[in-house]
Amino acid sequence: MSFPLLTLLGAVPLVGALVVMFTPRATGRVTGLFISLLTTALALVVVGLAAGGRDLSEQFTWIPAFGAHWAMNADGISLTMVLLTVLLTPFVLIASWNVGHADAEDGWGPRAFSALVLVMESFALFCFMATDVLVFYIFFEATLIPMYFLIGGFGEAGRRRAAIKFLLFGLGGGLILLAGVVGVYAISAGNGQPTMLLADLAGMPMGTGTERVLFVLFFIAFALKAPMVPFHTWLPDAAESGTPGTSALLVGVLDKIGTFGMIRFCLELFPGASQWAAPVVLILALISMIYGALAAIGETDILRLIAFTSVSHFGFIVIGIFSFTTISMTGATFYMFNHAFSTGVLFLAAHFLIQRRGSQKIADYGGVQKLAPVLAGVFLLGGLSSLALPGMSSFVSEFMVIAGSFSQNIWIGGISTLGMVLAATYILLMYQRTMTGPVTEDVEEAFGEERSNDLTGRERWAVAPLLLIIFVFGFFPKPMLDLIEPAVTTTMSQVGVSDPSLTMEGSN
Amino acid sequence: MVNPLQTAILEPVAASGLFQMAWLMIAIPLVSAAFLLLVGKASNAWGHLLATLAPIASFGIGLALFFQLLGASVAERTVEVPVYEWIGVGPWDVQIALLVDQLSILFVLLITGVGSLIHIYSIGYMEHDERRRRFFAYLNLFIAAMLVLVLANSYLVLFIGWEGVGLASYLLIGFWQHRPAAAAAAKKAFVMNRVGDIGMALAMITMFAHFGSVEFAEVGKNAAQFSPLTATLVGLFLLLAACGKSAQVPLQAWLLDAMEGPTPVSALIHAATMVTAGVYLIVRSGPIFDQTPVASTAVVVVGTVTLLVGAWIGTSKDDIKKVLAGSTMSQIGYMILAAGIGPAGYVFAIFHLLTHGFFKANMFLGAGSIMHGMDDDVNMRNFGALGRAMRWTFLTFAMGYLAIIGFPFFAGFYSKDHIIVAAFEHNMIVGICALIGAGITAYYMTRLMVMTFFGRKRWEHGVHPHESPGVMVFPLVVLAILSVVAGVAMNSWINGWLVPAVGGEEHTYGLLDGFTEPIGWLTMGVVAIGVVIAVSVFKSVPKEAPRGNFLERAARRDVYGDDINNAVVVNPLMAFIGLLTGFDRGKVDGAVEGIGASTSGLGQVLRRLQSGYVRSYGLTMVAGAVLVGAVLILGQLA
Amino acid sequence: MNPENYLVLAAILFAIGTVGFMVRRNALIAFMSVELMLNATNLALVTFSRINGNIDGQIASFFVMIVAAAEIVVGLAIIVSIFRTRRSASVDDANLLKF
Repeated sequence: MSFPLLTLLGAVPLVGALVVMFTPRATGRVTGLFISLLTTALALVVVGLAAGGRDLSEQFTWIPAFGAHWAMNADGISLTMVLLTVLLTPFVLIASWNVGHADAEDGWGPRAFSALVLVMESFALFCFMATDVLVFYIFFEATLIPMYFLIGGFGEAGRRRAAIKFLLFGLGGGLILLAGVVGVYAISAGNGQPTMLLADLAGMPMGTGTERVLFVLFFIAFALKAPMVPFHTWLPDAAESGTPGTSALLVGVLDKIGTFGMIRFCLELFPGASQWAAPVVLILALISMIYGALAAIGETDILRLIAFTSVSHFGFIVIGIFSFTTISMTGATFYMFNHAFSTGVLFLAAHFLIQRRGSQKIADYGGVQKLAPVLAGVFLLGGLSSLALPGMSSFVSEFMVIAGSFSQNIWIGGISTLGMVLAATYILLMYQRTMTGPVTEDVEEAFGEERSNDLTGRERWAVAPLLLIIFVFGFFPKPMLDLIEPAVTTTMSQVGVSDPSLTMEGSN
Repeated sequence: MVNPLQTAILEPVAASGLFQMAWLMIAIPLVSAAFLLLVGKASNAWGHLLATLAPIASFGIGLALFFQLLGASVAERTVEVPVYEWIGVGPWDVQIALLVDQLSILFVLLITGVGSLIHIYSIGYMEHDERRRRFFAYLNLFIAAMLVLVLANSYLVLFIGWEGVGLASYLLIGFWQHRPAAAAAAKKAFVMNRVGDIGMALAMITMFAHFGSVEFAEVGKNAAQFSPLTATLVGLFLLLAACGKSAQVPLQAWLLDAMEGPTPVSALIHAATMVTAGVYLIVRSGPIFDQTPVASTAVVVVGTVTLLVGAWIGTSKDDIKKVLAGSTMSQIGYMILAAGIGPAGYVFAIFHLLTHGFFKANMFLGAGSIMHGMDDDVNMRNFGALGRAMRWTFLTFAMGYLAIIGFPFFAGFYSKDHIIVAAFEHNMIVGICALIGAGITAYYMTRLMVMTFFGRKRWEHGVHPHESPGVMVFPLVVLAILSVVAGVAMNSWINGWLVPAVGGEEHTYGLLDGFTEPIGWLTMGVVAIGVVIAVSVFKSVPKEAPRGNFLERAARRDVYGDDINNAVVVNPLMAFIGLLTGFDRGKVDGAVEGIGASTSGLGQVLRRLQSGYVRSYGLTMVAGAVLVGAVLILGQLA
Repeated sequence: MNPENYLVLAAILFAIGTVGFMVRRNALIAFMSVELMLNATNLALVTFSRINGNIDGQIASFFVMIVAAAEIVVGLAIIVSIFRTRRSASVDDANLLKF
């Protein structure tokens, strides 16, 4: 067994968080940023090694009675998740430089923010790399802790309530997942050798009924996390009351554990049940997609609106996963990656906006573009990425999801194209109401002279790399797709599905 | 039905020599746009000059390629230029590659040529706008996107350009964002285009599902394998896409609002180039439409209806730009109609597209010149007698006017005549509609000319019309010359040039064909009637618009386009969203909150047990002990 | 003598203690009733020990005595301090710990 590089990758931010807490208040956030960048560098090394064909898997016996192991591995899908986590985190830290209370005697200052973000990053990384169900479960639950404090400790009025709501939803999902995990253990124990390792569990014989029950347990837990309608209501509340930086991490990274879990656990552990449930799941996902988009159009709060767009996007991702084609599943995985950055940019731009004006209501804005053109431009670019404009990475993934699902089921794929119009509507409506039109008095007061209160250098550095990622992978998605495709092919063969053949003659 | 006309099958040859540099045409304006936007204020002083050089450079490359193609044999005129692999997953292998052929190179020349002229014009027109650099950056972005659109070798790459021009259009319509009307118009244009894009996406995913490819050559080769129903559906999807982009009924409502943008934008995007992308799409998709008479008929119907509706709107607007916008809809209707006829009409559609690009850009820029002299007034009731005040503008505008009404030997005379003849050959009713459209065109354009350049002065107080600076007049002159000569120059040549690329019938058209056919005379007669009516009606123009008859009132309201959209789509959708938002907060979130509330409600009830009386606790304990004892004893007995 | 008689006595003592705890208001009396119940239990434990012939029950009764002693120390202290502040030893008067 070689050096446990993946464990090191996950441990760096965790240890780093401790270091941050013990550094002086003044240098805390700088240390935090340094550690998150260190994690990013390490992750890039890991991705490079894995892409070069190095076997990074590690496995240590943990609790023999359960067959639990400390097991990590990283295939294309995991690496994609790892990448989005490490690429988003440092920039959220930069953007949230002044978050929290300036006279942070009660501990909720930027230093605590950095530490909590690092803890969250570490737990999320372990989640994405775990190949043992128990390890995954533990970190799945553990992510709730830093996020609870991030929402409850920083943010707007009502944050405590939103944090509790988030926590209860998370714990509820965790409880359901625990039932599933126990069930999986019981079955493996019944088969003679208790084990928690994914590799051993996949393909384990189990009764059809049992498999379906366990699938439903896992799926509900992940649907709560992702979130899918009707389990979504915690997300707008959390986004409304948390700081936008927190929300970017919440939606960009943590919620991905839900969709990631669907691929890794629902599909790989319960292939038969996945196919059995696919029609219902697809319809639910389609409802999520349209519901989220419509709710976003009707929303009056900027942050809630962005949260609803994510509900819609997660609908797309789930459609891609459960359509069972190489195209759609690769697209869905790539979608998760892109969504982190497009939503990240939107949340951060909203953060900059709200920080200046002190209100989240769309109605309180107007004409910002004139006074802060760069801020407006960033906001628009984030929005365009969210509506999947060709040339941006989100288009590639969204189109792959639509086209892949269409080749499997023309109705799901066909109806999902409606999302294109709805996305354009909610983004441009918000942009029109906040950024264009005559400059309102309140906005003038908040932004002052023309360009005097536009994005600062630090803020530009926080979003520019994210936008760069969006554009680069929009025109050159090949590296990411090449990374994802083999893993998706493996998953597909585990589920026992293959791409629909081309219908050269009319199939209608 | 066997089509006697030849259908074009694309068989591209690999690029060599200069063709390998074709991507530079796109890259130059794109880099220029990005550069100007990123550098910011530092480039304010010279940004517009750099931006103007970009399309000129692209035009130079395009011209060189055009001459290369002219010199090549017919089989070697379809050149594919691979750039790099874009999406290669599973069965897909989508390359970013360019297709330079007889059709796309004409578009390249139109886009970069007219684009360059409009860049030059904008130097003068936007001189006093503090955000001029940004305007030019957007224009460059548009040129790049439009070139991607026409040079793409597959539908998916075309779609990049398709949405890219949509974005540029959005940015430019809303360029004066502080005006709520401009911001709303920009959003409306983008969203309505997106409705059309659904069609585009559906067409593409159907092609992917059937062929695993969306390359023009591949799809064209395999189109015959579509079942009739699939072919019809794909045809209708493509028509929907074309309707969105080209402002055809029923997605026409955005174009009139788009006139909120600066006038050079209206000339470039909403007259000469972007709005004709739908025509390009249909012509490019010829092999698909050849499989489906239903979809082709739908295209003809859409074109015919739009050419009449657009002309109708043009008759009653007082806003000079909106008259021209209505006219643009109408003329694109002609092109769509021609494209719907099939291979017999493709060449004419493109021919009219090119001449229209010249004369309509000319007239829009002329309108901009008038606005420049009239303090940005667009109301023709405040114009009058401008012919003397703005001589160059008047003369160049007149050339465009004569071209659009189809005055003999001017550009429109040739290109429109072909379409009307083809329409009559296709179907008598369609032909008559096209003929009537020509008459209405003559009517509203004459009305515009009379109200603007002739008659009494009706100028607002303090307005002193003056001729525009040379930098604005120069493009007008060039475009006016093109409006005059484009028809004569291309009439005999373009059919032979395009037929191998788009299909059709090898035939050489003479310059005097219009005088030898009865339909030609008929057209000229109808046009003359239109002109005469307009001249007699608008001898004197009241300052206040008269109430007008029912037809005029409908036209002023854009033939109720917005009202229909609102009644059918927007209002029901918004009402539904209102319900949904309430449902989300009340029912879905309410269920969650309800669970929380009932839990704490239960606690409220149970806490009554904590009475504070020790004896009641004791009683409870005793009762519990008795219960446990009883259970144990009963358990023993059982 | 038949050891079952001791069990009957224990039951009677326990019942007296229970009723006393339930009906008397005076905290001291209630407290003594609790002691009575504890001792009744002790008696039962010792009896069982005798019947079964091992000393488990006696050991348990020692534990009970120790707990009872500890309880008296704490309980009496509480009662005395309540009496000092409220001039009343009635258990019904001390009902602040409620919803």
